[in-house]
Amino acid sequence: MNMEVKSSYHQIKQTQLIGYILIALGIFSTFVFSVGVEGDAVFRLSRPRDPLALQNLVVPASPYNFFVSFVLTFLGIRLLIKRMSNYSSLYLGLGFFLLITCFLVWATAGKSFSLTGMLQATVVRATPIALAGLAGVLSERVAVINIGIEGMLLVGAFAGAVFGSIFGGLIGLIFAIFVGALFGLLLAVLVITYRVDQIIAGVAINILALGTTSFLTSHLLKSHPHLNDAPIFKPIKIPFISDLPVIGPTFFQHNFFVYGALILIIASTFYLFNTGIGLRLRAVGEHPKAADTLGVNVLKLRYLNVTLAGMVAGFGGAWFTIGSVGRFDEAMTGGRGFIGLAAMIFGRWHPVGALMAALVFGFADSLQQKLAILKTPIPSEFLAMAPYIATIVLVAGLIGRARAPNAIGKPYIKE
Amino acid sequence: MMDYLKKKFVSEHLDVKEILLVPIFATFFALTIGCLFLLATGEGLKNIFIAYSSLFIGSLGSLNALSETFTAATPLIFAALGIALAFRAGLFNIGAEGQMIIGGMAAVIVGFSIDFLPVWLHLPLALSVGALFGAMYASIAGWLKASTGAHEVISTIMLNLIAIRLLDYMLRSPIIQKEGRNDPISKSVLNTSELPQLLSFIDPQLRLHAGFLVMLGTVLLIYWLLFHTTIGYEFRSTGANPNAAKYAGIKATFTIVLVMFIAGALAGLAGANQITGVLGRASPGFSASIGFDAIAVALLGRSHPIGVLFAGLLFGALIAGGRLMQVKAGVSVDLITIIQALIIVFIAAPLLVRRAVPWIFKEDIKKDK
Amino acid sequence: MVSIELKNISKSFGPVTANKDINIFAKGGEILGLLGENGAGKTTLMNVLSGLYRPDSGTISINNEEKTFDSPRDAISAGIGMVHQHFMLVPIFSVTENVILGNEETGFANFLKLSESERKVKEISEKYSLFVDPKEKIERLPVGSQQRVEIIKVLFRSAEVLIFDEPTAVLTPQEVAELFNIMNSLKATGKAIIFITHKLHEVLEVCDRISILRAGEIVGEADPKVASNKELANMMVGRPVNLSLERRSSKPGKILLDVKNLSVLSEKLDLAVSDISFDVKEGEIVGVAGVQGNGQTELVEALTGLRSSLSGKISYFGQMVPNMNPRKIHQIGVRHIPEDRQKSGIIGNFSVGENLILNNYYAAPYSKHLKMDWDVVSIESQKIIKNFDIRTPSNDTLAQNLSGGNQQKLVVGREMSSHVDFLIASQPTRGIDVGSIEYIHEQLIKSRNAGNGILLVSTELEEILALSDRIIVLFRGRIIKEFESNPAPEQIGLAMAGHSI
Repeated sequence: MNMEVKSSYHQIKQTQLIGYILIALGIFSTFVFSVGVEGDAVFRLSRPRDPLALQNLVVPASPYNFFVSFVLTFLGIRLLIKRMSNYSSLYLGLGFFLLITCFLVWATAGKSFSLTGMLQATVVRATPIALAGLAGVLSERVAVINIGIEGMLLVGAFAGAVFGSIFGGLIGLIFAIFVGALFGLLLAVLVITYRVDQIIAGVAINILALGTTSFLTSHLLKSHPHLNDAPIFKPIKIPFISDLPVIGPTFFQHNFFVYGALILIIASTFYLFNTGIGLRLRAVGEHPKAADTLGVNVLKLRYLNVTLAGMVAGFGGAWFTIGSVGRFDEAMTGGRGFIGLAAMIFGRWHPVGALMAALVFGFADSLQQKLAILKTPIPSEFLAMAPYIATIVLVAGLIGRARAPNAIGKPYIKE
Repeated sequence: MMDYLKKKFVSEHLDVKEILLVPIFATFFALTIGCLFLLATGEGLKNIFIAYSSLFIGSLGSLNALSETFTAATPLIFAALGIALAFRAGLFNIGAEGQMIIGGMAAVIVGFSIDFLPVWLHLPLALSVGALFGAMYASIAGWLKASTGAHEVISTIMLNLIAIRLLDYMLRSPIIQKEGRNDPISKSVLNTSELPQLLSFIDPQLRLHAGFLVMLGTVLLIYWLLFHTTIGYEFRSTGANPNAAKYAGIKATFTIVLVMFIAGALAGLAGANQITGVLGRASPGFSASIGFDAIAVALLGRSHPIGVLFAGLLFGALIAGGRLMQVKAGVSVDLITIIQALIIVFIAAPLLVRRAVPWIFKEDIKKDK
Repeated sequence: MVSIELKNISKSFGPVTANKDINIFAKGGEILGLLGENGAGKTTLMNVLSGLYRPDSGTISINNEEKTFDSPRDAISAGIGMVHQHFMLVPIFSVTENVILGNEETGFANFLKLSESERKVKEISEKYSLFVDPKEKIERLPVGSQQRVEIIKVLFRSAEVLIFDEPTAVLTPQEVAELFNIMNSLKATGKAIIFITHKLHEVLEVCDRISILRAGEIVGEADPKVASNKELANMMVGRPVNLSLERRSSKPGKILLDVKNLSVLSEKLDLAVSDISFDVKEGEIVGVAGVQGNGQTELVEALTGLRSSLSGKISYFGQMVPNMNPRKIHQIGVRHIPEDRQKSGIIGNFSVGENLILNNYYAAPYSKHLKMDWDVVSIESQKIIKNFDIRTPSNDTLAQNLSGGNQQKLVVGREMSSHVDFLIASQPTRGIDVGSIEYIHEQLIKSRNAGNGILLVSTELEEILALSDRIIVLFRGRIIKEFESNPAPEQIGLAMAGHSI
């Protein structure tokens, strides 16, 4: 009886809210994306040399958008009439998806646009964010907030470029991971042994990483340009499946970093949720004292995972140089570490969740990049802001449902 | 005098060692490690000596050096006061950089667009509009935190990134962009909105401007606000124990929005100060990551307005000296960033400092274990 | 048969000596009671025994073999198992996951063998009649079952010496009886049990021998067959204790607090308080009894404006308070001693003086036009410190440096020094020493005798019985039973467990 009262009270409010949002989206897309739009939107699904080519997807812009706007409004009204639904957040997700298709059709109307190219870029751009998010999951699962991921990405990128230039890509990658581990260890020493406030320590690490890499760039790399000219990891086509239309280029024609990120995500999921050590790690993040009374070494496990997080971030950082452009520039990570943290929160502190959220961010990122080609009336600076605004909206909307590890931010002291 | 001060710092309860010695040693260690870093990157001992001596000469060695130190310290202290205030109320305002940008832009627009006001109206107007816009921008994060619980660290980081994009956009818009320029740069502010130079009667090259005096006044004002008003009491109790503050009838939501508003105003003032006192116009990156350095200043000053003043002067000295260091010894100013990061680490980990010089902190170590 | 012996154990923290020359002994098949009041050093001793602390001196022997524990792991492998007062359970883990934590069975690549472990947990729970579902999440279990999980945890590690640290604090009387049965059956299988508590009747009921701890030292032993309540209390506190309070009979007057059909939602949006009605009159103490977590917290929060109510009416002094909030409630003369002083009663790194003005800092004489007057604060707070016997070096001392009892007196002093019309006292004596308890109880009675109404919320049944003129019992957010005068403890116990007859 109590349970019913509780859930209904909560759900009615949420269902109502989402209903109104959907109706608003419907009205918005009617007037902005549907009225006065002419021509067809042509989406190219295959590229000229693809072995299995698909025809272009041609969408009549105005009718499609009117239809979708109608569907959005209909879904909203349906929710309001039903008053209560267990699937209201699913409706919201669907609504946003439909709105994005509307937007794409509107922007492409009368022109053509490579859908596959955008999806491929989505996966590429999601990679460093997903790795940053995974680094966040690893350290926050043992209750250590890791604001310093941005700095760890940066040193990883730097080490990858420099050592990659000297010894080749693979050695560069190993050094990137090693340097990431060192910075992870530094964070661990500060927050675990010296009990520095975790956010302050993270900020310090970011500044330290920025200062060190910038200093070395202007001191060493400017005068020795051959130290900043690393080979880039080549794409590896997975046999057979990489030839599939759309799916092949999107998922199976990438370089090692994309596959590596995927493997790391899967491995960490098992590591955290199916192994004995994972059980201890999660206990350390939730209730360190309980773990301690059973002889689990709280501090050691925190050291372990924060260092691992540094390694993952170092790997993610190497993407920026030896996985992408081959050279290091000052502050080139551009806030991806912070976006990764946001991805971790939306992903509810789960590696797979972080990956999914990273894909959403990657999508926004690649959308902005590709839309610049289409010359929409929206200034590119505003498109560049979109993911940040989305992050704020999501952080504001999702809180309360997401739950951080219980002991987060607190140093463990035996009293 | 000391007794009187001690009594006035009602909730301070810091002993002298804690307030003075830890920062001094932290700075010393940071400089030492910076020196080792230079050695490791292949600098000769002679050049390191030149670097460190010009760091000193460039910050304290002449009237011009002092003027540069104070000029560099002024915006840092403004922004750091805001961060310190937010810290006291339990909020971590990483957004000073963005608030500075917005405040600075607002000041630029007021500065070049209004041409009929006398200086005694125009200048205060430019400064206060800058403060107001910084305040409103910061309030977004405060309001989100208060109404939905969105963590201010994430939202202020995002607002920083948004502000940078917004700056890029505005600098290219025809109203703001300087006529005849293709690069993103704003029109220059009018003379009537410029902060007057203080030492121009000695040498017109001396850049120290009236913003320094405004800053000193603001330090005292914030000190008074924090420790001698009910608002300060509310801020401090919300920060120290939000549950107890709620129990005492203090409205957390209002406090959060108010403290972010004031913090943003201070950061906005930092931006307006740079525009009207130093730069005269806005360009991409005019905020020069002062908003981030201010975090370090606030930490170093232990979120106490007077502490922030001294910490800001130290960082201003590092910046001013760093410029000369770069010229004289060819050592990149990025070294200063590294030194700043190290100072934060040592300040935030007093345990580290105590263990490094155990003979000075004998009793404290006993207390620890 | 196992035996455990502690010889000359001493442990100090800085200048504070928590344990001094402790000697105790227990053998298989018996229950040793360790009796001592809060702050006597019981918990330190247990942390020494369970390997969390290393003693400064002294030895621990098991089966006449000297042992040193560097970590809890050593203590566990020596056969010592601890059932903690605050359960050491991870709420989002299942029963099995909690039991195996630290002793996991794993196969290939450290993968957990959960189903095997679940089978083992089930075996143990059946063998000792400790029934729980191995797959259930801890956060979904009632408190009594959570305690059974704690016991299974130590049995899973084949403990021979079981230490129960204040195990009855959160249990209903029925659950306590059940726990004692479990302890007795464990005793029958040859385990040695050390039972730590400050409750006199419990040691008398279940123990074979009693050692009494006071101010860090063992001050004596007692035989439960001959010892009396009074004798034990005197030994525990070190002076004669007046167990029963002098009370004049109450002459209830006007209704001060009137609650009608009140419902309140909890943080998790559960219906924590469900449709309850009661009143409190002038000159009476109404006790709210109940096991922790049956809606007391939410009720008090709703009454003090800290939480909005879902439905129903709350009126003070004959009037509804529109837009209730803590400040308004305080202004109309209602005072509130919050249940958790650390959480919301005091601000640890504020000075005593600053803490004493927490509720009225915004008003004269402490401030005028937003400006604080610290001189007045200092003078007034020194008065309160004196009147309420708060032992502090000065009013500039940080509140976190005071003892628990003095922190609580600080809260009580703050609430009761200004004019009181109605007092809501929630857990006013939790976790503090007997001296402070007596003092606070006297203050409450004095206030009642002066004609104030008091709502006393406590999970300590004895406190409720000693102070209340009327008693209501909360169970799952409802008033399950009301008692007009002092009933027999068993009756309240039954009501606390949900029996309305």
